[in-house]
Amino acid sequence: MTARAHYLDVASSEPLHPAAREMFLAALDRGFADPRRLHDVARDARLMLDNARAVVAECLDVRADEISFVASGTEAVHRGLLGLASAASSPRRRIALTSVEHAAVRHAADWWGESVLLGVDAQGRIDAEDALARAVEEECTVVAVQTANHEVATLQPVDELDLPDDLPLFVDACASMGRLPLPRRWSALAGSAHKWGGPAGVGVLVVRHGAAWQSPFPTDDRVDHRTTGFENVPAALAAAAALQAVCAEREETNRRQHAQIERIRSAAAALPDSEVVGDPELRLPHLATFSCLYVNGEAIVSALNRRGFGVASGSACTTSTLEPSHVLAAMGALTHGNVRVSVGRSTTDADVDRFCAALPEALAEVRS
Amino acid sequence: MIELDCRSMVCPAPIIALARHIGDVPVGDVVAVVADDAAARYDVPAWCRMKQHEYVGEDAADDGVPRYLVRRLA
Repeated sequence: MTARAHYLDVASSEPLHPAAREMFLAALDRGFADPRRLHDVARDARLMLDNARAVVAECLDVRADEISFVASGTEAVHRGLLGLASAASSPRRRIALTSVEHAAVRHAADWWGESVLLGVDAQGRIDAEDALARAVEEECTVVAVQTANHEVATLQPVDELDLPDDLPLFVDACASMGRLPLPRRWSALAGSAHKWGGPAGVGVLVVRHGAAWQSPFPTDDRVDHRTTGFENVPAALAAAAALQAVCAEREETNRRQHAQIERIRSAAAALPDSEVVGDPELRLPHLATFSCLYVNGEAIVSALNRRGFGVASGSACTTSTLEPSHVLAAMGALTHGNVRVSVGRSTTDADVDRFCAALPEALAEVRS
Repeated sequence: MIELDCRSMVCPAPIIALARHIGDVPVGDVVAVVADDAAARYDVPAWCRMKQHEYVGEDAADDGVPRYLVRRLA
């Protein structure tokens, strides 16, 4: 499979945006020095890092001093979530999280202490009132709620959470950052550049000014007290350039992708013995998920790959743990024969036509 | 009631067996699926929902392997 046009796994990683590529190449030659030093070459690197921070802050409508660049979305999740937990005044180590959070959030919460899972409905959405009541009743010290689900696209009602002042909210925004505006009220939030067309190896940690946050890990003497290690200045700048471009284009991109996904959902719903998963409207624009009865997930992914389409799956046979997707399980959705399709900025309507035509063939081949 | 031995089968084989044998019992009777595959716990109830049968619940076979009970409704 060589044609990028048939890469339909953007939710795993978006191809590098041209704006990021250009910036990355220019910055590689200029942004190598230690931004803490006081000489001109170092000041140049520092200026680039500050510039990246300012651009990301503007795109996200937050303050520049709330932004930290870390090594991945996962690291941003770890530092964001556990930094809030570390700063909690209560000694209890108990975090409430939705049952459909990304594995990074689940693992971080389990590592920290006890996890209280907040249930979801058949679309994968929490009830804001019930979820909050449960978190309070269980005396959790932090609540974690994603903006949107990375597997089934359903948006969460983050802004409907009427949080008490002493209960901080961590928001995993990795699936939506750049595509949708951020929710309004939270204490810390995480994003991942390669999900919006920036390079891999850049996570964005946002900690609200005034929020109680304390590093859960060993500290360091770098530019930014929330991070450790030598800053990847060129990658941060490239991530910022991609985010700026993506935010500028997103109204049109989202409209196009929402319609493309609508068509893929319809094609999937028309397959015999299939179910389309996730909210049809209140969802990420670029992602569709469906499951087909009596089909092995790995087999359908392979059958589509042979036809030139790269897609993901949440079925047990396609995962490293051989456990089915905890997201699908929490929703009560069928976990086998699962396919996740996600379109990118270069996916055309003709690509979608070809995919919709190939899908019944691939399924028939696997079922025969 | 009939019991389907789906031990050591991986998904979707237990569900395929269930679909193949649901018609072996009269309407109102139960098919039990004995399966150690992790996905069966979620996929048996999901299959029941999609195919309009009743998911009765989970117990265990004599050797401790999970057993999922399905009542044929049509």
